[in-house]
Amino acid sequence: MTALLNIKALNAYYGQVQALHGLEFTLDEGSVTALLGANGAGKTTTLRAICNMVRTSGAIEFDGAPLSSRSTENIVRLGIAHVPQGRGTFTTMTVEENLELGAITRRRAGVASDIERMYAHFPVLKQRHTQQAGTLSGGEQQMLAVARALMLRPRLMLLDEPSFGLAPLIVRDLFKILGKINREDKVTILVVEQNAQLALEIADHAYVIETGRIVMSGKANEIANNEDVRKSYLGY
Amino acid sequence: MELLTNQILAGIATGAIYACMALAVVMIYQAIDHLNFAQGEMAMFSTFISWQLMQWGVPYWGAFLLTLVLSFIGGILIERLLFKPLAKAPILTHVAGFIALYAIINSSAGLIWDFTIKQYPTPFGSAPFFGSQLISTHQAGMIGVTVLLLIALYVFFRFTRMGLAMRAAASVPESARLVGINTSWMIALGWGMAAAIGSIAGMMIAPVVFLEPNMMGGVLIYGFAAAVLGGLTSPFGAVVGGFLVGIIENLAGTYIPNVGNELKLPIALALIIVVLVVKPAGLFGRPIVKRV
Repeated sequence: MTALLNIKALNAYYGQVQALHGLEFTLDEGSVTALLGANGAGKTTTLRAICNMVRTSGAIEFDGAPLSSRSTENIVRLGIAHVPQGRGTFTTMTVEENLELGAITRRRAGVASDIERMYAHFPVLKQRHTQQAGTLSGGEQQMLAVARALMLRPRLMLLDEPSFGLAPLIVRDLFKILGKINREDKVTILVVEQNAQLALEIADHAYVIETGRIVMSGKANEIANNEDVRKSYLGY
Repeated sequence: MELLTNQILAGIATGAIYACMALAVVMIYQAIDHLNFAQGEMAMFSTFISWQLMQWGVPYWGAFLLTLVLSFIGGILIERLLFKPLAKAPILTHVAGFIALYAIINSSAGLIWDFTIKQYPTPFGSAPFFGSQLISTHQAGMIGVTVLLLIALYVFFRFTRMGLAMRAAASVPESARLVGINTSWMIALGWGMAAAIGSIAGMMIAPVVFLEPNMMGGVLIYGFAAAVLGGLTSPFGAVVGGFLVGIIENLAGTYIPNVGNELKLPIALALIIVVLVVKPAGLFGRPIVKRV
């Protein structure tokens, strides 16, 4: 397998505060990778750094091309879809308009059929397609956010705490669909989660991050079975 | 009764112009969260350009369309050169920028075309409309042009991908960037469109108020009143507000003793204050909640 994303010596800053300290990791094409860690460890910052939404230094390469000189919208155009924390729903627009916006950088051909595909993945979105997205429940909005990201036909999907604020049953469904999307559409996934157990179930590989540094990496099942790691970093 | 109908119709006609100005103001407000004090001057300058084109022998509608295009480009240039560098600046810097723009455009127009009042032609004539004494053909034309503009804008924002992208960029800029929209250019496009809409307002009202560098001062105040009344976050509200302000202005001038023409402007200002006190979001706007 080749590395789709390659991060080397990545630092990130919020003003004077340094949030990432020499972060290094790679994502294999077609894999699901979990980035785990406690609150404030730098998980969200890592995703924001990939999309150039924070000030960074170091190297981020996507498919061999450096990302750091590109603007957020140009990084997205390379096929990196980011499902942000809080979902970033266009609340005043309809569900269908949200999906169309996901494909706004693509040519029009194929957009309508992709919307139908999303409705097949998430039937509840079809029922609500003319509703204002802000009226959806939290779980439905999370599905919409994932569907909107998929409308880009991304090569890499970044998911920031997809389980946040959702009922356990809904989270299970969502992760099942994410696994399916990874297998069927060959989308590489990087998922940031506090719910480590769940993320490790669908992940091939995992990194544990603490105060802006990678402290542990390995196959997902190894990390899940490592008693010490579980106790010190994952808290279950 | 005829006086009442007459005043309401005249109110709708000038209201159409206020609606255009309010729409232009709301477009820029949606894009950058600030009121463009120079919107009226931009419209005035556009109107002068169209007048100059006609002086050079361009027929009315040719000059009209050419002015729309030039105003659109001018609006984009103003955003790129003046306001893009200010994007992260504090609000007072913006206010200073708007006032500078106001002064520069106003004086430039005076310098180029001097301050004497000029006649401005109307393509509709000023005969009674369909033989009715209630409304003139020019007034009917103003309403017609505004309605056409509104339909065009509605179709653009509702049914085109570019319109969808512009709405997305205005409502949640960060998410818009995350779907690959260049929000900075969307703001520039918003400026271009606002300038073009304002130029229509200027060219339509110029036969009534006559052409001179200060012609849009009062009109812009009414436009602000309309935008505030309808809600600064709602283009639809701005249009409704425009027509309402036009009607209120005319009825107050006619029926409230001692108001007359001179005291009409304070009515617009009073309206702004009343709306801001009683219902700050306006008739159709949504209240803006900010996390702190």
